[in-house]
Amino acid sequence: MSGISFDIAHLLAGSLVLVSFLELYQDRLYALLNVYALHALVLAASVAWQAFVQDAPHLYVTAVIALLFKAIVIPVTLHRLIVRLGIHREIETVVGIGPTMLAGMGLVALSMVVMLRVTQSADPLAREDLAFALAVVLLGLLMMVTRRNAVSQVVGFMSLENGLVLAATGAKGMPLVVEISVAFSILIAFIVIGIFLFRIRERFDTIDVQALDRFRGERR
Amino acid sequence: MTLDQVAANGLLGVLVIPALAAALLAALPGYRATARLNVVATTLTLICALSLFFAKSAASAYFLLDDLNNTFIVLTTFVGWTTSIFSASYIGHELDIGRLTPRSVRFYHAMYQTLMFAMNLALVANNIGLMWVAIEIATLTTVMMVGIYRTHEALEAAWKYFILGSVGIALALFGTILIYMAARPVVGEGINAMVWSVLVARASTFDPALLDVAFVFLLLGYGTKVGLAPLHAWLPDAHAEGPTPISAVLSGLLLNVALYALLRFKMLLAASRALAPGPLMVALGLLSLVFAAFMLYRRRDIKRLFAYSSIEHMGIITFAFGMGGPLANFAGLLHMAMHSLTKSAIFFAVGHVAQVKGTQRISDLGGLTATHPVLGWGLILGVVAIAGLPPLGIFMSEFLVVSSTFARAPLLALILVFGILVALGALLLRLNSIAFGEPRGPAGKAQASYVPMFTHLALVLVAGVYMPPALVAWFQNVAGLLG
Repeated sequence: MSGISFDIAHLLAGSLVLVSFLELYQDRLYALLNVYALHALVLAASVAWQAFVQDAPHLYVTAVIALLFKAIVIPVTLHRLIVRLGIHREIETVVGIGPTMLAGMGLVALSMVVMLRVTQSADPLAREDLAFALAVVLLGLLMMVTRRNAVSQVVGFMSLENGLVLAATGAKGMPLVVEISVAFSILIAFIVIGIFLFRIRERFDTIDVQALDRFRGERR
Repeated sequence: MTLDQVAANGLLGVLVIPALAAALLAALPGYRATARLNVVATTLTLICALSLFFAKSAASAYFLLDDLNNTFIVLTTFVGWTTSIFSASYIGHELDIGRLTPRSVRFYHAMYQTLMFAMNLALVANNIGLMWVAIEIATLTTVMMVGIYRTHEALEAAWKYFILGSVGIALALFGTILIYMAARPVVGEGINAMVWSVLVARASTFDPALLDVAFVFLLLGYGTKVGLAPLHAWLPDAHAEGPTPISAVLSGLLLNVALYALLRFKMLLAASRALAPGPLMVALGLLSLVFAAFMLYRRRDIKRLFAYSSIEHMGIITFAFGMGGPLANFAGLLHMAMHSLTKSAIFFAVGHVAQVKGTQRISDLGGLTATHPVLGWGLILGVVAIAGLPPLGIFMSEFLVVSSTFARAPLLALILVFGILVALGALLLRLNSIAFGEPRGPAGKAQASYVPMFTHLALVLVAGVYMPPALVAWFQNVAGLLG
């Protein structure tokens, strides 16, 4: 692979990690959704570039899904949901922004150390992609842990999933990538529909997950 | 790489029948007819599964049949069949008291068959990507069934299961991608690098470090679905708040299917130069066992009690497979089959008990043998079996796990025995207050179907007293496959 195409792929994957960090310190839901849309946009660009350099046209399907579904449909839907539920106020985080960012840096360092060490035999683009992808996955997990709000947990899960798509497209020639990205989109659609259908607002008057905890079966 | 005719027909049957039934049940109204159709579909699936005994082991690019998954398929379709019979009377009662509407029952039946389809697909898949997709479908359908009552508790349980289950399958996918990365330099790009039988045959030339990391992700991912501590948080809620037939299928089957996925990857690692995956499974198994055994003492809800007991037993099974070797694998397989049968029988009893008493709180249940002798004694038999008392089947399988461990790692065996005894104490303590003591709650007649419960318990009793040599030989053969 020539230098410039490697650099561009590297740049896009690195940007995805950077945008994950941006998500970590958003304290308003609207801003969080906008950053998530950016996350999906960077993913779409990255997947499209992989499709181009690997000469794998089916990956364009995954890129288009990322662009239309994740960068446009989902953020708009969640935006409307937030307006309808009236919860566009600040997000309550469990841990402060500072410690969260430090933990995030630790996780990125961890994923670099782990992945770069074990993939010495793989080709350089794939191994760096995998390291970045693991960082995005771990940052998504961190976000799910540090947020109490159901919508921001879902955003955390969706950015985790973007990391998986990055890994799957980086693994050259992997079969079923398109099918898996479709399956994941269905999963996410279910989660969003779930928030709608379960009408958490009506049932609980809040979608703060801490309030859900009060309804744990054993505490009745 | 082709399947012979019997195998192809059987595999087609266990996949197509549930899929067609799901579509049909989604379209048909009327509770009685659809409940019967549900039973008919599971019966036909069971027949197809049994026909696989006459097929030769074979593998194609997407499907696989060997003695290991044959055992799992027969167990799954059998418990699926008995649960559908139990479910018919259970759901009828829920309709009568208005907890479920005719529409949600239609949804329930369609989801039941979809779950059967997804579990069978995961078991017959030879492609690790297809297996992952099947386990994702199974997760989604059970999430929807757990939330079917639409109460606060049910929604909370479904949400928690949804989020934790999704994280689990996401990690499993990352592990699957890493396996592909390890296979690609050797097998080449494309579909073959995800076909399990091809991977196992050539695993010795894969990069061992990459396989190690992949297995950690797979263990955490599929381990979440197995319900191993500390990833078990979804399991008690999902068992307690969903309809009881689903608790029976979750405990008896879905946990096994996730474990089956782990076993396939364990076999892959065992064939390679990677570190042995056994110790990780042993550690998680023991942790789950001891943790769940202590948690049993603090339970106030009867379905949660048995959900924690499932964590405990999945811990023992994972431990046994982690130890490996012919004897421990044999014990693990036997324990898995016995646990599936016993735990679903217990949930059949508990479902009817909760219906006649109108509550799941242990403190509101009491004197069951006086008010409902058949249910009460059925439950006693089930709990005695699950606690591991002789002469029932679980005693024998636990004894085998313990004795095979004593020979190789006495210290681990001590922890194992300690955990089993702690759990035994908790279960007998609770059983005493539920089955005997002062009768509490309504004493109305139960509209119950006792046949599935006593069929399972009879099988467990027979297995504890006398194992047919053919069955022993079969399990020994499968244990040999597991390495």
